[in-house]
Parts: sequence; structure tokens; C-alpha cells
Amino acid sequence: MGPRDGSETVKMDIVVTVNGRKYAASVESRLLLSDFLRDTLGLTGTHVGCEHGVCGACTILVNSDSVRSCLTLAVRANGMDIMTVEGLGTPDELNALQSEFREKHGLQCGFCTPGMLMTGMDLLKKYPLASDDEIREGLSGNLCRCTGYQNIVAAIRAAAGLRNRSAP
Amino acid sequence: MKPASFDYVAPNSLEAAIEALAAANGDGKVMAGGQSLMPLLNFRMTRPTVVIDLMHIPGMSFIERRGEVIAIGAMTRHADLEFSDLVATQLPVMAAAMPHVAHLAIRNQGTIGGSLSHADPAAELPMLAVFYGATIRVQGPGGRRDIAAEEFFVSALTNCLEPEEIVFEIDFPVLTLHSGWAFEEVARRFGDFALACIAVSLDCRDGRIADARVAVMGVADTPRRLREAEDALRGTQGWPQGSANFAEAVRSCLSPADDIHVSAEYRKNLIGALAEKAFKTAWARATGARP
Repeated sequence: MGPRDGSETVKMDIVVTVNGRKYAASVESRLLLSDFLRDTLGLTGTHVGCEHGVCGACTILVNSDSVRSCLTLAVRANGMDIMTVEGLGTPDELNALQSEFREKHGLQCGFCTPGMLMTGMDLLKKYPLASDDEIREGLSGNLCRCTGYQNIVAAIRAAAGLRNRSAP
Repeated sequence: MKPASFDYVAPNSLEAAIEALAAANGDGKVMAGGQSLMPLLNFRMTRPTVVIDLMHIPGMSFIERRGEVIAIGAMTRHADLEFSDLVATQLPVMAAAMPHVAHLAIRNQGTIGGSLSHADPAAELPMLAVFYGATIRVQGPGGRRDIAAEEFFVSALTNCLEPEEIVFEIDFPVLTLHSGWAFEEVARRFGDFALACIAVSLDCRDGRIADARVAVMGVADTPRRLREAEDALRGTQGWPQGSANFAEAVRSCLSPADDIHVSAEYRKNLIGALAEKAFKTAWARATGARP
């Protein structure tokens, strides 16, 4: 029995916390974390573009680090704490970074936006983001096919400014 | 772009992982951080019957000083190296190179053992291993052995591991006497694989270069240490005389190939220009002189 003879592979039980809520599921070993979030849990805020780690649209936070959800298996997320774009803010109460995206018009079609936001969250946590060059380097793994980069950079610059002002 | 079916095991010990690899009889793939393996699986360029995940093996992620060596566990993530104080102070060329490794989300998952085993000729960590003269420590069914980084990389995407061996640790000697260094890379976009890249480190005394270390990548099918260029520097007076000679020595060691991005000639010119720039920076850091 095994994957090569056409038989079903054994499913594996996982328990994952997503946006503060615990989910238990039985998944095939080959299931991508991106598909688990979208298809199994119905959390379609995480977008899937290239499915090989180039476009950055599917970026989420795993144990508060940004991760490409198409480049990891759902089984590897067992026991982990995940945050997707749905966990950031609500339409009535956007978080600080989301507010700046709205303020600076940091999105056009919106397809890349979840990945841009989740990447932005991790960049804000780990880097000074003191210059636009640094922000652009940080965003270099996220593609916007509308090419709306100027305003995305402006939104992250504004969020970094807010962060610095509120830092002790 | 979804992987074909495979069985998945995540053993708790290196021995169990090696056993699982042996049991797969050549059809198993080892997963470390998965950042090179997952695209290959998604594209179905590789279709293993079993994926052996190392993520649950304890004790494989660490950065520690052991005498004149910085020992790094194979499952240490790129981001751990990027933000490590020990790396920043003891392996400055590695510290300078880490932000160039892919993108933050990849660095948060990718591991040093995975990157070395994948052996991409335009990846930073294989080049750093060659540059520092690292020892790559591997374990197989017959026990452990140590492999010099220069022996480890055989050709593009090919290492010298036996089918059932797994990298568990990499030891990087600290270049204690070297006081000036530089890392220069050009890629099409920040975070992309390098078109050409050079690392230089110098030990300067009384205005002369006592010792030099030089490695390049992106310009051959493996990362390469350029001993000829190191010899050309040793005993010379550095800037400004040494700079052009050094660039010429680097260029003459290499015969890069054409690819879809750039011509061989462009690559050769580029590595020469980077060599000159890196040399100036390393010399300035070593001597305090401003070229």
C-alpha cells in the first residue's frame, strides 16, 4: 500500500490554532497549508497565486513569523499558532497597517493585499524600515501585478512611522 | 501545482530518519525547511514515495561557539543566522550575506542544512561554507563523517552525500586574524539567486596583505574558493595597486556560461567589477584607509 499504487494515503490528524480558534482536522500528507486554510477551513482571505513561493500572495504568520503557506504542508502546521489576514482586524476596526493601506490607497485589485499585509506585519516587527529602499527590499518577495508598489511602500512607511512614535 | 501523493514521516531522531530513508530504497526525500523541496514537489519535478521530515528531531537547531569554530545545527533557520549576535560578531561575511538569501518568509522556514544539501550554485549558504572552509558533518547508516565544504559540492544541485546520509551540523572556522571583509552580490531582483557574487576577507599587517580568502558563486556550477586569486593578493600592498590585479586574477580563474538572463561575457565582467568593489571595501575595513 502506498502512494504509487493509486491507493489512498493515510490521513493524518492535526490540531491547528488559526486566528485564535482551534481547529482539528484529518488531512492528506500532500495537502498544502494554503489549501488547508482555504478549502478545509473556508478561510479564503489567504490568496493563492503561483503556488511555488514566488508571488508571496499566500503569506501568513506561523508562530508569528511570516511563511509562504504554499511552501509548507498542512501536517507541518500541527500544534502551531497561525494568523491569516482574517485575524488582523475587522472591516469596522482595521488594524494599524490595514488602516494605512486604506489611507494611502495601498491596493488596487486587492489580490496581493493579504500577502502584502502579512509580510508587512513581520517586516514591522523585525526591521527598522528606516528608508524606502529597506521597505522595497522587504517587499521584494511579494508581487503586485497592478504594479501599485508606490502606495504599498507609502502605507508601510506610514505604519513604520506610527510604530516608531508609539515605541517606548 | 499540487504535489503528487506521498507518505509522510516525521521521526524523533536522526537515526530513525536515516532508517526511514534507507527503507524508502532511493524513493525517499528528506525535508528540512522545505523551501527548495516544496516547489519541486508542487511542480511534480520530484515524486518521492515518502517524505522524511526532520522538523521534530530535537537538538538540530543551534548556533554555538566551540573554540575557534562556530558550530551550526543543520535545522537552524536562515532567519536565526540573520539575527544572531554570534554570527554578526564572529562570521561577519555570513551576517552580510543573510539578507540576500531569498525573502524574509523563506528565511523564516529555510534551513542551512537544507540549503547546503540542495547545492544550488547561486545560493549564498553553499558559497559561505566554501568561503569559510566549513566542515559539513553528516550521519548515515554506518555512522558519522566530516566532509570539507569544497569536496561537498560536486556540480549544480549535486552534493557528494551517499543516498542515506543526512547533514546534521556545519562547523565554520572563525577567520580570527582577518580584520577586513566584503560581500558583494548582484541579482536581477533583491532576494533572487545571484548573477554573480564574491566574498573577500583580508588579514593586513604593516600595509601588506598577510593572508586573503576569496570565494565566488553564480559563475560556475558550484561555489568556488579562488586560491589563485588569494595567492595573487598575499604579500602585496593592497590598494590601489592590488585592486585591478585582483580583479584580473578573479576573472582569469573563471569561465562562466551563458544562460537565459545574461551572457558569459557579461558575467565575467560583472564578477571582475564586484571583485574590485569588494577588495576596496575589505581593504578599507582592514586598514582604516579610505580608497
